[in-house]
Amino acid sequence: MAFTETRSDTLRPSIPFTLSFVGLVGGLIALALGLMRGQEPTQLLQFTGLTVVLLCALAFAQLHLFSNAKGAMIVTGVVVGIGGLAGAGIMGAIVFGGLAAAFSWFVFWLHTRAYRDPMPNYLTSEQVLWYYGFRVICGLVFFYLIFPILVIIPLSFNAQDFFTFTPEMLRLDPAGYSMKHYVDFLGTSAGRPWVDAFRNSLIIAPFATLLAVSLGTLAAIGLTQPHVPFRKQITALLISPMIVPLIISAAGMFFFYSRIAVQGSYLGVILAHAALGVPFVVITVTATLSSFDTSLTRAAANMGADPVKTFFKVQMPLILPGVLSGGLFAFITSFDEVIVVLLVGSAGQKTLPWQMFIGLREQISPTILAVATILVVISIALLTTVEMLRRRSERLRGMSPT
Amino acid sequence: MAHAETDAQGRILAADGTPLKQSLQRALRAQKMRALLLIAPLLLFVVITFVMPIGDMLLRSVQNKAGTHYVPDLIPNVAEQIEDWDPASGELPPEEVFRAMVVDLQVAFDEKNHTQLGRRFNYESPGMDSLFRTSGRRVSGLDLETDGPFREALIDINDDWGDLEYWATIKANSGYYTNSFFLAAVDMERDSTGIAQKDPDQRIYRKLLVRTLWLSAVITFCTLLLGYPVAWLLADLPARKANLLLILVLLPFWTSLLVRTSSWKILLQQEGVINDFWVWLGFVERLSLINNQLGVVIAMTHILLPFMILPLYSVMKTIPPSYLRAAKSLGATNWTAFWRVYFPQTTAGIGAGGLLVFILAVGYFITPELVGGADGTFISNRIYFQFSAIGNWGLAAALGTIMLVVVLVLYYVYDRLVGIDNVKLG
Repeated sequence: MAFTETRSDTLRPSIPFTLSFVGLVGGLIALALGLMRGQEPTQLLQFTGLTVVLLCALAFAQLHLFSNAKGAMIVTGVVVGIGGLAGAGIMGAIVFGGLAAAFSWFVFWLHTRAYRDPMPNYLTSEQVLWYYGFRVICGLVFFYLIFPILVIIPLSFNAQDFFTFTPEMLRLDPAGYSMKHYVDFLGTSAGRPWVDAFRNSLIIAPFATLLAVSLGTLAAIGLTQPHVPFRKQITALLISPMIVPLIISAAGMFFFYSRIAVQGSYLGVILAHAALGVPFVVITVTATLSSFDTSLTRAAANMGADPVKTFFKVQMPLILPGVLSGGLFAFITSFDEVIVVLLVGSAGQKTLPWQMFIGLREQISPTILAVATILVVISIALLTTVEMLRRRSERLRGMSPT
Repeated sequence: MAHAETDAQGRILAADGTPLKQSLQRALRAQKMRALLLIAPLLLFVVITFVMPIGDMLLRSVQNKAGTHYVPDLIPNVAEQIEDWDPASGELPPEEVFRAMVVDLQVAFDEKNHTQLGRRFNYESPGMDSLFRTSGRRVSGLDLETDGPFREALIDINDDWGDLEYWATIKANSGYYTNSFFLAAVDMERDSTGIAQKDPDQRIYRKLLVRTLWLSAVITFCTLLLGYPVAWLLADLPARKANLLLILVLLPFWTSLLVRTSSWKILLQQEGVINDFWVWLGFVERLSLINNQLGVVIAMTHILLPFMILPLYSVMKTIPPSYLRAAKSLGATNWTAFWRVYFPQTTAGIGAGGLLVFILAVGYFITPELVGGADGTFISNRIYFQFSAIGNWGLAAALGTIMLVVVLVLYYVYDRLVGIDNVKLG
């Protein structure tokens, strides 16, 4: 109790604090923008000064006119948004209205000291500043992680053959968007290289996955037995396809598979991809099995179940999530693989990644945007599946869902 | 122990009457057998589909083959006759060697192998490709009984048969095994005086290896710089929020490598989104972000970042937050508390993530190929180029072997430091 009272005593809303902070941030942004545009020193000073005065005045007016952030955000956002609509269309309304609303929220957030809410109140000002600085840094990294993947999606609906946003797209003009690249993906009667490649991927990946999962699961069960001679060495060997650079595996497979006459066939590519998928299955299934309660199999045996029945009725249902997510890893490994299929396969086994690789290296065609979007959607679906499997597995193992 | 059965020597017996020790050993052996039997199918599969191909590649790097045949099998007589000739004598090989060359070339021409042979020697001495190709038909027209002496006859067909360097190359590369691919892979060559460095302007592979390692190190450092705060934030947040943010890390991890590379290729272009935004901000000059090392670092840091964040996160999750608070309450400044208390506990994660990223980066092919341009390519790209464009499989295999050694050393360190059993996914 004492602490909260101290806080409200020392940290009363103070107009000078809020205004100076708003002015500082606005001034820094204006200075950066001006510098980047290469303004003259006097011009730069005028621009920055004007921005600071304008923002402080706006903040002061808002603090007087509104009692809470919500009202300020709505009114300011709508007013500025209408101005933006008049000046630069729908996109202008969204951008400027949004910026204005964000500004109002920021002013009230500072003024009411709401920024102190999520942290203990004994922190010093520097620590508070660091707390938010740290989150801004992390936010930028998350942006860097996710932006390149999401930006593909709107770009793929471009009506033009450009790889950037056209003015029509920025104005949210329906004429700027089309499904054209998706139609290209489907191909014409003359030739449908993308669909053929997609079909090849869908033939190769499931077989490779099946092979990797069935052999990998058995081996993982063997590896988690209490007494395994050379366990470390065997594990190292089974995981090595994941570590050895793909170009080396591909080169070796090219030589060897030519000699045993499977180079340039579906069988060769499937065998190669299965080998590459094995480590993922071994790792995930071993991890699942390591927390498997072996007394369950003993109990089953005690009640008269033979080992095969025990495996299918007791062990398998419990480790199934691990097996499935290992399988998904193996699937995506095959589905995403270029180098090995380039060397081990022939034109008849051209997979989707192969087609994309050629498309990117030679003449970069906008159809790639559509393909990439489809693949992003597939990966979102796969990620969701794996996440659900992981949670299910943790529930089954009696761990708290996190 | 009152009722344990014992035999005449006083050994404890199991229920079936065998000594207990023996019985336990048998059970253990059976258990080991069962484990091995379960592992055996996969082990066999991986050995056949993966380990033997790698072995094949290692062999390729020292086998002296022209196409699919060994060189000495294609020129058996020359290989035998040229033994006694010493290039250092400064004289051309004796008549028997020339005669043997005519005999072997006639057979090779009939079986259409002479061009392969020429190409093989061309890797060592440029110009021998055309020598063999042009000589094939005319040599096959020579009559072994009447057209001698063959030294004059061959030189008559092509002056280059009188070139001592070419004969020295043939002598040096007439065995079943050769180290010339490895020499080429480290920018060395064998000339008439012995093994020497290549001319400085022809030394490309060492430079490429150094560049691969350097760029991989830069990328590893960048992933650490960006990944550390994110992993810390994830470890610091309550589980529900952390799981939500973790999806932002896992989505790139699950997205196709080609999608991410193509998206960077599109973003970084001269007319791409980033440059358009840059110009909109008021800049006049567009940035050149693609087809150089900067582009490779930007794109590969993005692609490999999850491999850094995930191991770091799993280590940081185990560090109790009370340690930092304790340090501060004992008078440490924020920086000291981080640097002396928190950071040392995360070094295991840094080692794990850093090695993983470095190992993966060293072997990268697709991203450097598509966004690297001329000065951003890695050694993988050169290996592929040797395969697809030049067809010098021996050199490709030698480069691959060197790279494999580098990666295996790192793998060993990783195993020592982290333990391969501790590799986690997702």
